[in-house]
Amino acid sequence: MARPHAVLAGGTDFYPARVGRAIEEDVLDIGAIPVLRGISSVSSGWRLGATTTWSDLLEADLPPLFDGLKQAAREVGGRQIQNAGTLAGNLCNASPAADGVPCLLALDAEIEIASSAATRRLPLDQFIIGVRHTALAPDELVVAIHIPKPAHEVRSAFLKLGARRYLVISIAMAAATLEVADGRITAARIAVGACSAVARRLPALEAALAGTRVDGHLGDRVDRAHLAPLTPIDDARGSAGYRSEAALVLLRRLLAGFAR
Amino acid sequence: MKVAFVLNGAAATWTGPPVTRLAAALRDDLGLTGTKVGCDAGDCGACTVLLDGRQVCACLVAVGQVEGRAVETVEGLTGGDGTLARLQKSFLAHGAAQCGICTPGMLMAAEELLRQTARPGRGEVEDALGGVLCRCTGYTKIVDAVLAATEPAPMVTPVVAPGAGAAVGARLPRVDGHAKVTGGDVFGADGIPADALWIRVVRSPHARARFTLGDLGPLRRRLAAVLTAADVPFNGFGIYPEIKDQPVLADGIVRYRGEAVLALVGERATVLSIRDDEVPIAWTVEPPVTGIDAATAAEAPLVQADRPKNLLLDGGVRHGDAAAAFAGCAAVADGVFETAFVEHAYIEPEAGWAQRVGDRIEIHVSTQTPYMDRDEIANVMQLRPESVRIVPTACGGGFGGKLDLSVQPLVGIAAWLLKRPVACVYTRPESMAATTKRHPARISAKFGCDADGKLVACDVSASFDTGAYASWGPTVANRVPVHAMGPYAVPHVRTWGEAFFTNGPPAGAFRGFGVPQAAIAHEAMMDELADKLGIDRLEFRHRNALRAGDMTATGQVLAHSAGLAQCLDALRPHWRRAHEAAVAFNDKAGVRRRGVGIGCMWYGIGNTSMSNPSRIRVGLSPAGTLTLYNGAVDIGQGSNTILTQIAADALGLPAAQFALVQGDTDLTADAGKTSASRQTFVSGRAAEGAGKDLRQQILRLANAGSDAVLSLDGGKVMVRDGAEVRTIDLATTGALVGEGTFDPPTTPLDANGQGIPYATYAFAAQMAEVEVDIELGTVKVQRIVAAHDVGKAINPTLVEGQIEGGIAQGLGLALMEEFLPGRTENLHDYLIPTIGDVPLIECILIEDREPLGPSGAKGVGEPGLVPTAPAILGAVHHATGVRARRVPLLPHRLYEAIVSLKGTGA
Ligand SMILES: Cc1cc2nc3c(=O)[nH]c(=O)nc-3n(C[C@H](O)[C@H](O)[C@H](O)COP(=O)(O)OP(=O)(O)OC[C@H]3O[C@@H](n4cnc5c(N)ncnc54)[C@H](O)[C@@H]3O)c2cc1C
Ligand code: FES
Ligand code: FES
Repeated sequence: MARPHAVLAGGTDFYPARVGRAIEEDVLDIGAIPVLRGISSVSSGWRLGATTTWSDLLEADLPPLFDGLKQAAREVGGRQIQNAGTLAGNLCNASPAADGVPCLLALDAEIEIASSAATRRLPLDQFIIGVRHTALAPDELVVAIHIPKPAHEVRSAFLKLGARRYLVISIAMAAATLEVADGRITAARIAVGACSAVARRLPALEAALAGTRVDGHLGDRVDRAHLAPLTPIDDARGSAGYRSEAALVLLRRLLAGFAR
Repeated sequence: MKVAFVLNGAAATWTGPPVTRLAAALRDDLGLTGTKVGCDAGDCGACTVLLDGRQVCACLVAVGQVEGRAVETVEGLTGGDGTLARLQKSFLAHGAAQCGICTPGMLMAAEELLRQTARPGRGEVEDALGGVLCRCTGYTKIVDAVLAATEPAPMVTPVVAPGAGAAVGARLPRVDGHAKVTGGDVFGADGIPADALWIRVVRSPHARARFTLGDLGPLRRRLAAVLTAADVPFNGFGIYPEIKDQPVLADGIVRYRGEAVLALVGERATVLSIRDDEVPIAWTVEPPVTGIDAATAAEAPLVQADRPKNLLLDGGVRHGDAAAAFAGCAAVADGVFETAFVEHAYIEPEAGWAQRVGDRIEIHVSTQTPYMDRDEIANVMQLRPESVRIVPTACGGGFGGKLDLSVQPLVGIAAWLLKRPVACVYTRPESMAATTKRHPARISAKFGCDADGKLVACDVSASFDTGAYASWGPTVANRVPVHAMGPYAVPHVRTWGEAFFTNGPPAGAFRGFGVPQAAIAHEAMMDELADKLGIDRLEFRHRNALRAGDMTATGQVLAHSAGLAQCLDALRPHWRRAHEAAVAFNDKAGVRRRGVGIGCMWYGIGNTSMSNPSRIRVGLSPAGTLTLYNGAVDIGQGSNTILTQIAADALGLPAAQFALVQGDTDLTADAGKTSASRQTFVSGRAAEGAGKDLRQQILRLANAGSDAVLSLDGGKVMVRDGAEVRTIDLATTGALVGEGTFDPPTTPLDANGQGIPYATYAFAAQMAEVEVDIELGTVKVQRIVAAHDVGKAINPTLVEGQIEGGIAQGLGLALMEEFLPGRTENLHDYLIPTIGDVPLIECILIEDREPLGPSGAKGVGEPGLVPTAPAILGAVHHATGVRARRVPLLPHRLYEAIVSLKGTGA
């Protein structure tokens, strides 16, 4: 492909960015490429093809590891958006408020990228590098999202805060994946979205949770200092201070929810 | 590229660029305009279709992606023989379609659900329809319609058409409803001729700037025309005859972001491909005047050079001596309340087209006011009014926003000059940036009462940001002082309203003309006084409610039909139950707190102290076609149906026998604007008169007494008078036309605001139950009970629809809607309530007859939304102790207020 082109998957970010003007750029529509579609189980974990939609995910038979991602899928836009929008598109669009990102960070997702010449893999936190900015080169495509199989039994969850019930951009959201053995957390992966340019993992909180029991006190272990990686901003949807508080509340509720 | 697919069960092909939106391919090339476009961005769901059985937004699907797949649109729901599907029938019977612009999307979303789930619950219906916005209905009747369509056995009760004399009071389905549930209704963007040229308006990216135009020659060579201010014969329009302050195209200076500067006219693809930065405009940006404080500052730059102090207008009402009376009050409350710009967010953006017919111009447009459009276009184009014909299309929601000109002058001038049809359809961001808004208000209120809780004095000053141009600013500034004391008897009143120009978007008419803003203030004061005296909030209002025989602050004695006390009586049992439930819930300490609130309102029907006549005709042709010639535009609120019901009973023939001609200025008489809740009351009285007039003519021809019973069969009218039946052969008599007019009796207000501003008033009380998450500041409204005195419910289903839709808008006003120029110019960032945000609503209709109205009816178009925000905000206060001083009460604002309340230890 010589000329720069725009990639089109589900179109749910592509078209809204082109309201009221002619679409004149070259477009590569990946919607109908069969190998990009679908969820498969592989020895190392799961492979979500790039054009897997939110609805495909919701309908797939998947272990509890995916519960959080499915909760996010249910909260993306409305049904129409879930039926068309893809997980990979959500990542490539790289919005700070993309609901898929904290979940996939908490799942340690890796992004498989291909160009006509080569393929490579990047961990998600190296793939999205800024507001609407990814590590993709102009001739590269995302082909799949890989989720590694965890070592232990896993639970995962997601919580989103928005100012209305459907079709709403998150003011803040939080995702957690807990690996559990004998009632204790062996590894925790926690991420918060819409409170920084790119959703962030919270290593200090993850460390604080390691080794603790999954009980009703889990939520109490969240400390304000754990939110240090976040850099929330003021915008029409909420103030920076409010976003921090909301992130704290969401995290506490998210973790408390695991005891239930 | 050639795309082959299955469309509504039949093979179809389409040829063109594969990246074309499916919505555009369906509408523009395949002729299926039932799929609507409200945003082209996935935000409204009006374009929802099924792709392989799954609902998707047709505006987000590349037509290349439907190759080999199955697409279903609303046109496919109707059976091959034209019979409606069960779901469509249910929508019709339940009044689930008002303006109908969202209906195709709603139907397709529901269709997907019903194929997957035979008997869904309410929650599943909400999940399935959550991606389709409706601005009219408040969703209540839509959910009811979907649920009813799934009930086993005679699910949809067949509607029995009411017979002669029984139409008024019946739940008649909309007379124009069939086209709304089949996708057949023709809205502003649906009937554009294939050979029409298109306009794209180039708009100001700056709130305040001067500009010069460079060489337009290169652009002109690519286009049919580039219109500038120089092409506009009279470059000023505005609602008031003496204030034509808004240019059709800006002339060297822009006063708000989104103001029209140039119109590019040409082939559609060409105008869309020209980017703004290809248009040679040299800007000199100036600091904008933003907000009331900036407009009233000592050295404030003027927004309009000939408007000193940026003042549009001020005035008030004085009755008794408020200042002195406060001294004797047992309790006094005061506060300052602020509201934001609010966007109408009708799902249909402005759209229309024009063609020159000889030396007349004909404009097909989505409008609320055909006759005002006609006169305004005549003035702008410097033609005689008779040379202008306005043909209203179906209107996909108006709420006041389609009372001002939008596309009309541009398509009119272009079609006139080029002698070709010319169309213009606003994009959603354009609609939001360019058109009017609800006035932001700052209201200072002070109320005092005696020890028994009887109101003694009130002093209210309301300042409004009227934006860059006057629009309906004077109407707002006049109406508010009359209503600002609330629906209460207050002996000593001083109220004041003033509107200031700023470099904000022009603030115009929006359901309630400033009264919803004022109600937030007066109802907060009622709560506070009641609390101070330890009187129940409902009982406090009951004690003070205006009743028949009371005098208002303008010195008007309300002779009849003041049903606020009855509304409150009807709410009382619900109020008690809700309080008990809230107390029980709050006893369990937790992060969620419940509260109950109440709001009351009154609303003068029709224009304030100004003539606003309606003329309606009913014709009976020689062939026996009975036609309502109705100049009142139905923007979804139901006037086509209501006026038919009224005329039918006045005439004495069944409503089902009426045909309808609506709005066309060549075919109907002037029935005024669809605004100020006036069509049922004013045009309704005219329709009643027209029906009676025709009846008289028939009775006279038959020499029959007034009790005679009429029936119409082909070209013959049978008149049964006692035992005798006489037949009138219309072929012999020729066409008969009955005519009725009505202009509500009012008097001007004097310098102290004394007089009779309105002939009648609507009253209402609403109660809200909310649950607040005190850690996150989010509010879930759980239930609203609305009691409205409507005089007489001509059609209870439509009345409820107005109330429910108003409540949804009131909820938006209270909790989420805030238009910020440049920031919330789409339905992604500007939030209106979705199906999941509107609570259960129970409507109670109080019928305190208004003798002037048709069958005793008043109006209900605007009242639905006025008490909602006060009720919700009162409930939030009850739950948390936080009194909202600024709306919308966004989660972060409520959260911050809860925190600071804790900080003060209150
Ligand atoms: C009404 C509405 C509501 C929404 N609500 C939410 C929400 O609640 N939460 C949320 O997170 N998002 C939301 N979105 C955003 C959007 O739906 C999601 O981000 C979606 O997952 C994007 O996927 P897509 O396939 O539609 O992307 P597309 O629009 O097709 O593409 C998005 C971007 O990614 C690029 N791209 C896509 N796939 C690839 C690939 N494989 N390789 C390289 N580049 C690629 C495209 O070039 C484009 O720039 C909403 C959108 C709309 C219109
Ligand atoms: S037009 Fe497609 S969602 Fe609004
Ligand atoms: S009926 Fe739903 S938008 Fe008008």
